[in-house]
Amino acid sequence: MSRLYKFLRPHWKAALLAPFLMLVEVASNLWQPKLMATIVDQGIETGDVAFIIHTGLKMVGIALIGVAGGIGCTIAASIASQSFGADLRTALFEKVQSFSFANLNRFKTSSLITRLTHDVVQIQNAVMISLRMLVRAPLMSVGGIVMALTINARLATILLVSIPILLILLVVVARRALPLFTQSQQSLDRVNAVMLENLAGIRVVKAYVRADQERSRFGLASQRLRDITVQAARIIALAMPIMMLLMNFSIVAVIWLGGIQVNLGQMKAGQIMAYINYMTQILFSMLMVGMVFVMFSRAQVSATRVNEVLAAEVDIGDLPTAKDKPIRKGEIKFDHVSFRYPGMGGPPVLKDISFTVEPGSTVAILGATGAGKSTLVQLIPRLYDPSAGRVLVDGEDVRTIKLETLRSGIGMVLQEATLFSGSIKDNIKWGREEATDEEVMMAASAAQANDFISALPDRYDTQLGQRGVNLSGGQKQRLAIARALIKKPPILILDDSTSAVDMGTEARIREAVANLPTKSTRIIIAQRISSVIHADKIIVLEDGQIEAVGTHEQLLDSSPIYQDIYHSQVREGADIGA
Amino acid sequence: MPENRTKSPTLSLKPARPGLGGRHRLAFGPEAKAKDVKGTSRRLWAYLRQQRTALLAVFFLVLVAVAATLTGPYLIGLAIDNYIEPGDLAGLTHLSLVMVAVYILGAGATWLQQYIMASSAQDTILLLRNDLFSKMQALPLRFFDRQAHGELMSRITNDIENINLALSTSLTRIFSGIIAVVGTFTAMVWLSPLLTVVSLSVVPLIMLLVRLIARRTRRFFVSQQENLGQLNGIVEETLTGQRAVKVFVREQKMIAEFTAVSDQLRRTGTKAQICAGIIPPLMHMFGSISFAIVAGAGGLLATKGVVTVGVIASFIQYSRQFTRPLNELANLFNTMQSALAGAERVFEIMDEKPEEETEQRGLTLASAKGKVRFQHVTFAYEPAVTVLKDINLTVEPGQLIALVGPTGAGKTTFVNLLARFYELDQGHIFIDDHDISQVKKSSLRSTLGIVLQDTHLFSETVRDNIRFGKLTATDTEVEQAAQLAHAEPFILRLAAGYDTVLSHDGSNLSQGQRQLLSISRAILADPAILILDEATSSVDTRTELQIQHAMVNLMQNRTTFVIAHRLSTIQNADLILVINQGRIIERGTHRELLAARGFYYNLYQNQFRYQGAVSG
Repeated sequence: MSRLYKFLRPHWKAALLAPFLMLVEVASNLWQPKLMATIVDQGIETGDVAFIIHTGLKMVGIALIGVAGGIGCTIAASIASQSFGADLRTALFEKVQSFSFANLNRFKTSSLITRLTHDVVQIQNAVMISLRMLVRAPLMSVGGIVMALTINARLATILLVSIPILLILLVVVARRALPLFTQSQQSLDRVNAVMLENLAGIRVVKAYVRADQERSRFGLASQRLRDITVQAARIIALAMPIMMLLMNFSIVAVIWLGGIQVNLGQMKAGQIMAYINYMTQILFSMLMVGMVFVMFSRAQVSATRVNEVLAAEVDIGDLPTAKDKPIRKGEIKFDHVSFRYPGMGGPPVLKDISFTVEPGSTVAILGATGAGKSTLVQLIPRLYDPSAGRVLVDGEDVRTIKLETLRSGIGMVLQEATLFSGSIKDNIKWGREEATDEEVMMAASAAQANDFISALPDRYDTQLGQRGVNLSGGQKQRLAIARALIKKPPILILDDSTSAVDMGTEARIREAVANLPTKSTRIIIAQRISSVIHADKIIVLEDGQIEAVGTHEQLLDSSPIYQDIYHSQVREGADIGA
Repeated sequence: MPENRTKSPTLSLKPARPGLGGRHRLAFGPEAKAKDVKGTSRRLWAYLRQQRTALLAVFFLVLVAVAATLTGPYLIGLAIDNYIEPGDLAGLTHLSLVMVAVYILGAGATWLQQYIMASSAQDTILLLRNDLFSKMQALPLRFFDRQAHGELMSRITNDIENINLALSTSLTRIFSGIIAVVGTFTAMVWLSPLLTVVSLSVVPLIMLLVRLIARRTRRFFVSQQENLGQLNGIVEETLTGQRAVKVFVREQKMIAEFTAVSDQLRRTGTKAQICAGIIPPLMHMFGSISFAIVAGAGGLLATKGVVTVGVIASFIQYSRQFTRPLNELANLFNTMQSALAGAERVFEIMDEKPEEETEQRGLTLASAKGKVRFQHVTFAYEPAVTVLKDINLTVEPGQLIALVGPTGAGKTTFVNLLARFYELDQGHIFIDDHDISQVKKSSLRSTLGIVLQDTHLFSETVRDNIRFGKLTATDTEVEQAAQLAHAEPFILRLAAGYDTVLSHDGSNLSQGQRQLLSISRAILADPAILILDEATSSVDTRTELQIQHAMVNLMQNRTTFVIAHRLSTIQNADLILVINQGRIIERGTHRELLAARGFYYNLYQNQFRYQGAVSG
């Protein structure tokens, strides 16, 4: 938590003002019972009406000053905590934006989302509470004890007994309850996970008639959540009665012992009443401390999670000497590149890869699932950095080029077509903000998306739901391609990006891309021979190593793996000729 | 007593639950109202009713606890007037013991009440949750098509949590609050009607002010909630698409967009917090003022002998007990309201029409031979858009049928209808001459082995995921199935082999690997009719070929439907159906269709265009 205080520093004025103003409220609260005691002990006893009225008005006046302090404290604390929260949130978001793919693999998306939303709110609330309560409670307790001492020192021994007992009991309850909260959170997560799985996989569950099995799986998780929650609630149920009991016992003690002292003439009835007041104030403040403590320990968990993100080392960034020279030719060279995912054991994903892609040429990469094809192309825009060797673009090591410059020169279509909410046009324009409508349409036409877009009621202005939920997989992929094409990048990378598009459409996309006015250097990852056959060079990747390089004809002659792949797809090829 | 200057002392140690969507809920959030409060309450009561003995006990215990709280201040006053002032120490000791007893009784009742309520509330929630899940299992796919999973999910978690909150705390607190207010008022009037009027004179003012602020607060909270929703939307979208953001160098734009909304949220949030935060100091102030009034006015009345000092002492306690629950009640009613709204939505799901049920009267396909017949089948997901039109088809047992055609032609719909995920609009489908609408769904689907386009894995071990196909399968059978599907090599490379626990979206596996597991599952299920819907689309072709070889045995004596867009995979089919725009436009064997030089020929040409270049 303490590492997050730096986000509070810019707002130190409000952050300091809040406790100060709280002091005013506390002082007003502490003064009241004393005045009340004088009303009872001096006013009533002597029948001094003027004194009673005077003191009563004084109490009202003090109450008004107190509320001014309280409201002021709230305002200052709100400003400080909300600004703190906003700054923290932005810092987190910026950090995540600077993350490399490796960082992103380490933190799951869902967990990052939780950290940015739920966790920040938790910490922000803790700041708010601490600016108000954390100051109020100790001030109130200490002030109350001091006031009680000034009235009657001997009765204060009651506090000496009750406060430690209260604190011990609260700690005991909290110690037992807190682990249960963690467990109940875990059980809840489990319930939600099973629920979500069944929502997402409802077709599979239905197809295999597994409703009963899933019901019992859910029932188990559900029952466990119930048990833990009940257990936690029952322990927490102890806290209130214990607290009330202790407070009330103290009050009885004050009345009894105080009564004896009144009898001895050492004390007055009004003072007993004031004493009861201080007593409740002190004990409630103690309780507040306990609650703030619990809240803090929860915020602590959030703070740890937030700090993890803030402290994460971003392994890919610009060198201070990074060059801002745009990519022009689009020549790509791999120079003895090896790669292993950070923090992962096992054999390397890529082993000693070397090859060159001439400007304007097309290179296809073929290989089995998990051969390392995607990893290989992700090294070009520096989504990962190689563990050994160099990747060069236009003769420059990519690590010496500014990330923004490098990536602006590369149009990459990822395996998974992620779209964003907004219109279709907005999504395509992602590639280049300043693109004209004609350019958007041209890119869409090349990606064979124009036809289906034109069939939509609002055409290019059709709003996509979050992540394009209202489009089919093939349609999404085509939009993703259009988005890359509109960039007119010197280097175009298609990572198996037509898997959901049927063959005919794919062939048309391939032709259209080949006929685009800007001649990009193209790298195509594919499964189908038909997608790679026209490439200038085909690289066959096997277990992270280059198995063979050449044209279709060359490979068909020389590479057994390529022949295998070919025959797996073109068994009865002779039919065509017939 | 100025104790009321600290916030209401109820413990809220309950952890906030960051379940999906749950994090958006705030105390003053826009409270959705149930449309049919009466009906929803009645249905909720049907669940609560099972706990009625416990609830009755809770009701009684609340009465005891409140009675104890009311007795306390009275006894304090009594102690001052009758024993301290006159100096009756023996009486004082006696009374002190009575007070101790009363307080123990009160605390005991409070504890017992919460103890019982904990299980009653959770049992009710358990029942509700399980019923809801059961119901979801019974709902047709149409229901799930209509809504995004995330949305449905967050609604469910949020709603259940709201109901949980209301049942476990709000219900008893509302009850005890009302009794406390009424009881306190009665006790005050009984002690001194005049002082009651004077000391409660500020109450209407409090209510008015609080209401004014609350209304304003709600407005601010609504806009804060909107901003929070926007912000969460941006966060969710950006982070889910983070890879695309990086590839397109959109980081700065995203940060700008985020900062703008974040700043907006900071402003509305500050306003909302201030507004909400003003209420406690205001309540403190009113506490102080009524404290002053009771002390002042009480003092004046005491000099005239109208009240005693003890009555003043009692009053100071009572006036606190009066305003606090009053203030709390408003909030509690809001919680109840959102709980009812949540319950209403939960019940809405429960009222959805379930899949047409044929379990009771339906036929059982004992040992299906695998003859399949489509007769004039017509189907539309949405009324206006017909997906399949007048489909007629007869498949003999053991045949291999391939469905080809462009994306969106309706191939997957065949599968959906055959498995009765959807009901036909017109026509009939027969398996072994039984109309499937007359067959038990469980029996029908057990007859079919479907490998879907979207693989779905569960957050269980690899072994359990495969065993999903046949629950009674032994480990050896599971492994055999995996071997047959060529899944074993990669499984053995996983951290714990077959016992590796998969993440729920299977994100630790590639799409191709997931498809292999999915195929293993179907192999294990050993169905009479096998349906492969793009089952190997993400598997590389060499592995695919190996799987196909392996499955030759599997397909023997088994009707098999294959949907594929790689035409190479289906050339051995007994019958190829070319589907376009919901109709079967060509049918025949691979050779026949090529010879016909129609749609299929063109598809094939497109796919193997290079063939000419190679062979000639």
